Amino acid sequence: MPILEGQGVTKFFGGLAAVSNVDFHVDQGEIVGLIGPNGAGKTTLFNLISAALPISSGEIRFKGQKLNGLKPHQICKMGIARTFQETKVFANMPVFHNVLVGAFFGSTGHVTQAKAAGEAAQALEFVELSAMSMTPVKDLTLVNQKRTEVARALATKPELLLLDELMAGLNATEISEAMELVKKIRDTGITIFMVEHVMKAIMGICERIMALHHGEKIAEGTPQEIANNKKVIEIYLGEETHAGS
Amino acid sequence: MEITLALIVHGILTGGVYGLLAMGLSLQIGVCRVLNITHGEFVMLGACLTFTFSQLGINPLLAPAIIGPLMFGLGFLLQTTLYKSLKARAPSPAAFEGNALLAAFGLMYIIMYLSRFEWGNWLLPTQYLTDKVAFPGINLQLNQIIGFAVAAALGIAVYLFLNRSRLGRAIRATAEDPATAGLMGVNTNMILAFCFGLGALLAGVAGTLVSMKTQVSTGIGFNNTVIALIVVTLGGLGSVPGSFIAGIMIGIVTMLVAGLWEPVLTVPVYYGMLMVLLLARPTGLLGKR
Amino acid sequence: MDLITRLFGNRKWLLVGLFVLLVAFVATFPLYGGAKVRVLITMLVYAILAVSWALFSGTTGYMSLAPAAFFGLGIYSVALLQDYLPFHIIVVVGGLLSFVFALLVGLVTLRLKGIYFTIFTFGLVIFIGNAINYMETRAFTRHGWYFIAQDRTMLLYTMLGLAVVTVLAVYFIRRSRLGLAMQSIGGNEEAAEHMGINTTMVKVLTFAISSIFMGAAGAVVAPSLIYSNAGIAFSPTYSFIPILGAVFGGMGTLYGPVVGGLVFGFLEKTLRAQWATYFMLGFGVIMVVVILFLPNGIAGLVPMLQSKLGGVIRKLRKGGQAEQHANT
Repeated sequence: MPILEGQGVTKFFGGLAAVSNVDFHVDQGEIVGLIGPNGAGKTTLFNLISAALPISSGEIRFKGQKLNGLKPHQICKMGIARTFQETKVFANMPVFHNVLVGAFFGSTGHVTQAKAAGEAAQALEFVELSAMSMTPVKDLTLVNQKRTEVARALATKPELLLLDELMAGLNATEISEAMELVKKIRDTGITIFMVEHVMKAIMGICERIMALHHGEKIAEGTPQEIANNKKVIEIYLGEETHAGS
Repeated sequence: MEITLALIVHGILTGGVYGLLAMGLSLQIGVCRVLNITHGEFVMLGACLTFTFSQLGINPLLAPAIIGPLMFGLGFLLQTTLYKSLKARAPSPAAFEGNALLAAFGLMYIIMYLSRFEWGNWLLPTQYLTDKVAFPGINLQLNQIIGFAVAAALGIAVYLFLNRSRLGRAIRATAEDPATAGLMGVNTNMILAFCFGLGALLAGVAGTLVSMKTQVSTGIGFNNTVIALIVVTLGGLGSVPGSFIAGIMIGIVTMLVAGLWEPVLTVPVYYGMLMVLLLARPTGLLGKR
Repeated sequence: MDLITRLFGNRKWLLVGLFVLLVAFVATFPLYGGAKVRVLITMLVYAILAVSWALFSGTTGYMSLAPAAFFGLGIYSVALLQDYLPFHIIVVVGGLLSFVFALLVGLVTLRLKGIYFTIFTFGLVIFIGNAINYMETRAFTRHGWYFIAQDRTMLLYTMLGLAVVTVLAVYFIRRSRLGLAMQSIGGNEEAAEHMGINTTMVKVLTFAISSIFMGAAGAVVAPSLIYSNAGIAFSPTYSFIPILGAVFGGMGTLYGPVVGGLVFGFLEKTLRAQWATYFMLGFGVIMVVVILFLPNGIAGLVPMLQSKLGGVIRKLRKGGQAEQHANT
């Protein structure tokens, strides 16, 4: 059962189509990966889903409801949360307050101070960041800043979590830990849609992968299928060849 | 009807100078990301310096030759010292923009009150080239036509420069994505300083043109900044033709309101236009983003 | 000795203590201050303006240059209503009028990027000044207003009351959900929006709330101005000096703008008449210097000062204890 689906999703910037006629779906409980070279339109697609950008044409539906025309805060309250490629944390605030924001404002209905604090603490424990609760986020290492972002997103009680290049900039150990975290999140019932460049992560945890190139979907399938897909190999190998010459 | 036509012509001519005003500011905001509310003070400096030079016997038409480079140098200096430091110390681009604005606010008072030591607070008799130009039914002064001509010429020059030259391309690249431009070998620091200087230069020249037409004083800066800001917002950041068209529009509106209704109402009317435009098209007429 | 260490160690209590002292000082001032009460009133005005400005601009990062607009509206409320309503009611009206006006301005401009908002507020002051000037001189052929005189001590206490209310209101707002939302907008507006915060509404609401105190302050100060017209009421100085004070004091804190507003209000009132040009020049310089070297204002220095002072006190105490030990 698709929790998120898009049809003919297109986004124009001036005359350029950053995302072109993409159909996609994410089923409840899945971990779906989104790959493609830089500029392929991955983050743009995420921005369309989270309403950070208005869609040019096409439709995106979450649990059957059309997302066109909604604002990001409404999308969040509906149950979609996300992290960002360049970690957009609230740098001068302590870790706890960052997550508290998600807890207070991420769900519909009134949340009491006590309840929000409880949920924030829970989220922090989940990502194993409780010890740093009171540290200002700007003083944290990159991996902990990313954890804060994840905790903040989790505190909004999402059903779907969009992860934009969570592994970027992490070392091998951190990547493995992050992979475990993603699986742990999915095991709580949250569906995951993730953009990634780190192949180890994508192949390791995704059940299904979509590949974009120049804004178009060029392939879709299981990690195995994608690894053997001629077009995908061409783009990545082709890029490598170009880089070499 | 004739009066209206005359007012419109006056408006177009005045608008040319407004366009010039806006162009410089557009560069500073668009490239350096500084909301330079000191802009009007450079206009004031250009105007007052023209007065001083004319007292020394230098023809106001030649004054820009000195004032231009002088203002350029001042703008260049400001960018390389003040704004560069602010940028380096700011924890985020948003913080930098906020701090740059406040610094410009302080700078505005500094320039204005320093100028008072030299020129006081009174009106300076700076009109020049006030000879009437023969034109059926419309009272034009030569300085208005020269003003428009100079503004238009500079406008075309800047436009060509930005779009056809290598340096212009570097500037546009820096405006769009400073990080990548830097990686591509562009000396972004120089570009920023150059743009700020160029903006100041254009403001200074505009000041000379303004002084030829009306009496000026050390207090004219603020109002000129407001006009420049409105024209920039209307015309769109980063668009030279936009600045010009918007300038002319504002010029026409100003003259029509002043002539047919009430001179005092010109500012409120700008605001009305600005408000409507902000609602309808926040990126201005021809602007990007 | 322990009380002192505790006072210096716990900043919050130190501030509360200082605040209480300050209020007490102002409240008793009429007993020994004489005509200097006017200075105090001005100081309080700038403190109120600075604190309210910082509530919105200091947290969200949207630089508003509009305080003078709301302040002027307050002055005008008195000018227009002084023949019809009791003074204190007018103060409330002034605040409410500003609130409504700020709400409208905010709705129009706060949906847009920060730069456009600032542009708008910058000229808003001139806009209102001009528009009202026109209405006065053409439509009503008036040239300014004379205010009904009010007892200066009463004005002082009203202003003091307003200042206390403002500080308390800002204190509670900063600690509230709204305050958290504002801070996140200042931290990263896009992320804040994605966490469920209706950023437009938060910005507009906060902007409007902050304007209440500015308008009320204008109303309270009006009678002591004796005379006013559009140019005086909507003078950009009423934007510049509070902002300078807030930035100097530290616009991210509550007490910074209070201190800054008081200091620069004092300087403005006492020095401006004689040294106008040098004075404004000096202010400009201070603004640039502070932004460049002390972007967190004096408040930014406080933690450092506090730890140094605390260190000194500790050393003195240790010295005393060491002597005791040596003597036994």
